[in-house]
Amino acid sequence: MSILLKIIRYQFHDISRSKWIIIYTSFFFLVTYGLISFSNDTSKVIISLLNVTLIIIPLVSIIFGTIYLYNNKDYIILILSQPIKRNVLYLGLYFGLTIPLALSFLLGVGVPILLFSRDLKENFEVLVFLFTAGIFQTFIFVSISFLIATLNENKILGLGLSIFCWLFFSVLYDGLLLLVINLCQDYPLEKILIGFTILNPVDLARIFVTLKLDVAALMGYTGAVFQKFFNGNLGNFISLLSLLVWLVIPLLLGIRKFFKKDF
Amino acid sequence: MITIENLYKKFGTIEALKNISAEISKGSITYLVGPNASGKTTLIKSILGLVKPTSGNILIDKEKLNGNFSYREKIGYMPQIASFPENLTVEEIFSMIKNLRANTKIYDEELIEKFYLKKEFKKRLKNLSGGTRQKVNACIAFLFDPEILILDEPTAGLDPVSSSILKDKIIHENTCGKTIIFTSHILSELEELAEQVVFLLEGQIRFNGTISNLISSTEKQNLERAIASIMNGNNDEHSS
Amino acid sequence: MLNRNGNNSPFYLPQRGSKKDFSIILSNFSEKDSCRAVVFLFIWFFNFYFLSETLSAKNIHVGAHQKIRTIQSALKIISNGDSVIVEEGTYKEKSLLIDKSIILIGKNSPVLSGENKYEIMKIKADNVVVKGFIFKDTGLNFIFDNAAIKLDSVTNCTIEKNIFVNNFFGIYLSRSSRCKIIGNELSASQTKETYSGNGIHLWQCREMIIQKNKIEGHRDGIYFEFVKASTIEENKSENNLRYGLHFMFSDSCKYSGNFFKKNGAGVAVMFTRNVDMHNNRFEYNWGGAAYGLLLKDISDSRIFENDFVKNSCAIYYEGCSRVTTHNNNLTENGTAIRLMANSMDNSFSYNNFIGNSFDVTTNSTRNYNSFENNYWSEYKGYDLNKDGIGDIPHRPVKLFSIIIERNRPSLILIRSLFVELLNAAENIFPSLTPQTLIDSKPQMKRYL
Repeated sequence: MSILLKIIRYQFHDISRSKWIIIYTSFFFLVTYGLISFSNDTSKVIISLLNVTLIIIPLVSIIFGTIYLYNNKDYIILILSQPIKRNVLYLGLYFGLTIPLALSFLLGVGVPILLFSRDLKENFEVLVFLFTAGIFQTFIFVSISFLIATLNENKILGLGLSIFCWLFFSVLYDGLLLLVINLCQDYPLEKILIGFTILNPVDLARIFVTLKLDVAALMGYTGAVFQKFFNGNLGNFISLLSLLVWLVIPLLLGIRKFFKKDF
Repeated sequence: MITIENLYKKFGTIEALKNISAEISKGSITYLVGPNASGKTTLIKSILGLVKPTSGNILIDKEKLNGNFSYREKIGYMPQIASFPENLTVEEIFSMIKNLRANTKIYDEELIEKFYLKKEFKKRLKNLSGGTRQKVNACIAFLFDPEILILDEPTAGLDPVSSSILKDKIIHENTCGKTIIFTSHILSELEELAEQVVFLLEGQIRFNGTISNLISSTEKQNLERAIASIMNGNNDEHSS
Repeated sequence: MLNRNGNNSPFYLPQRGSKKDFSIILSNFSEKDSCRAVVFLFIWFFNFYFLSETLSAKNIHVGAHQKIRTIQSALKIISNGDSVIVEEGTYKEKSLLIDKSIILIGKNSPVLSGENKYEIMKIKADNVVVKGFIFKDTGLNFIFDNAAIKLDSVTNCTIEKNIFVNNFFGIYLSRSSRCKIIGNELSASQTKETYSGNGIHLWQCREMIIQKNKIEGHRDGIYFEFVKASTIEENKSENNLRYGLHFMFSDSCKYSGNFFKKNGAGVAVMFTRNVDMHNNRFEYNWGGAAYGLLLKDISDSRIFENDFVKNSCAIYYEGCSRVTTHNNNLTENGTAIRLMANSMDNSFSYNNFIGNSFDVTTNSTRNYNSFENNYWSEYKGYDLNKDGIGDIPHRPVKLFSIIIERNRPSLILIRSLFVELLNAAENIFPSLTPQTLIDSKPQMKRYL
């Protein structure tokens, strides 16, 4: 365990000095600051931030994660020739990357909100949900990217897969879902839809935040299953749990593959 | 002592190592030679546990390798390409490696001094020249005073002065009883350093013995020609 | 409190150890203040020594320590213009019938209990005042619609500062006019709509004033049917099972400064002309059929300066015409404006639409209403000439709302990137959304 913390510590040092992480943080800072100063409605700021959280974080996390693992291949070999367990190194690299990425998001968005936003308290709850979603998105997509990079030796293939994965989860999946909904209009779809939503981490995070943000609209829906899901803590609980599963499963698969892999 | 028993490794459809058996005795200095893609690196990585054999065994001091990691405390490895987290300083790299091998408390920092690396300590890795990285790489391999040293192209990228410092260090460590395995493209190094030669070709050991044996068995006047003749397949005989 | 002559400053004389039962004299002064002290002393004197039947009104005390222990018996000896002062305690008097113009005052909140069987009070005389009581536990009766207070065919009555707890109906008025219902608190705790009556119920009334009441947990907080020219002000109606306010066939009424929160279905206004609603607040009305404000067959009315916050649907228009909706704040609702196809000639202007999931939805592909000069937080246009008005018109109806219209479960895709792309495409090439439903003068800054 202590070895894991040491690896995380040095990776954290390394990444927090990288110019990319500084660009990433500044991006969040500027976007948030811009939204706050150009718009006087916090709800509008939060909606825009939700889009940023759902689009940018997965994209950056998955690309950054893939490239990171590819670029550090020789370093990984060097570390693996030391008396260290492979899964410890994998986790060390994982947390060493995700923690700075998540912090970068937290600071980039959080600091301007703390400094410049006026009706912060009113929207405190939504913001907590938004941050939770953003952090989960970071952890999930780095976890997926590590899996992709571990499975594929070919850099271009891996990167392509990563980008496709992002595109699929954030755009194509919902398109297909809408198609299914329209094709199967006559069937009771609610449970199946919730099931399908759980299969997509971006949708999950989106639902998780909209449970707070658009609760009035969601509660206007008459279906009993949705009502039960959207109202109260069931929806929160299920979506949080599924997000956690989305984080852990690719991570475990990645570790398994990493453990067996030849370098 | 490193014992290799029927080591076989297949990458997809490519056979990298075909049932290799060898023994590298304690305190010996072994030169691993062979053309590109002959399986040298695979063999080294197998010893380091980086590559998992398809079949066969490797034993280090009679301890079988099967996914365990603690045996690597005995090994110092200098990879051909040195790569480190780019934004860490040289000092941090050393302290990191020391942290990761917390069980070893005695450090051999002779090379750090001889390479005058202390003055580079505050620099970030990304600002170092290739040669300096290689020096850092070498220092790390020797840092923990390991029983076994595995050096992949140790002198590549080093200037002649540094190269000879490193060679002296290798010889010195060997006289202290360390087991050393290295690869190199520069044959002259071989004559200088090695006692034992393991010649690999297409995943098989074509020769394993002393240099003088190699030369006499091929009936050539020098090492270079001897090796060339094995490569050409003139010599079917190989001892083990 | 009002006495029968409408004087607002009656005097009570203290008892001061008097053995007499009727010791408070109510007197009317229409003279100047300087006369008052003299008259006051005179009356005191008069009271002590020459108590007489010549006074126009008398006070009757009812209480456990008084000669008269029940209100029932007090009512038997009372005549028009008298006051009954009821002291602290619980009174179980079955149904009280008040058929004389009297003033009924509860001192230290006496409790009138219906014992879960009876209607508590029935008023059949004009100019009655009821003040300071706690009305509790009327029975449930679906035939007689048991109410804590029922007023029938009266005028100029006042029900003020009473507390109503756990009644079927609270205050029930029919065929009455010019009554005031002020500062009462009504709460009930039924959970089923069918077992619950309305808080303040008016049927066939005119010129009523309903002011500063708090109603909670009834079926409809305030219910109006065939009521004309009445005013509903500064009431607070929340957590009622059906509507916070429900009115039908009630022309020329005014609603202002009311607060409606978390009612089962919000507020419904139906089949009415000439209504003014302003400065009200509608919030947290959640549910498939919950509306901040439901308008059905409303015409020639004005809805202005109201706040609609976090309702599933803020305002719903069905069969409405010539309704102007202006200067309202519609904030974070599921749907801000739901406009049905049979509504026309309505205008929407100077409103703030902020952070609603959907600003405007409609089941129509055409539009016969006008939207102008509103602020839309969704608006993504620009203002190059800096006149405060966006240079490109705003289309408040999103394609996604039409998709949901046709297929409700697709709501689960709300705020998905794919849906945003669809909306953007539709915005550029409108095909499914009503082409003319646009705000050609979207404001760049919200109205404060």
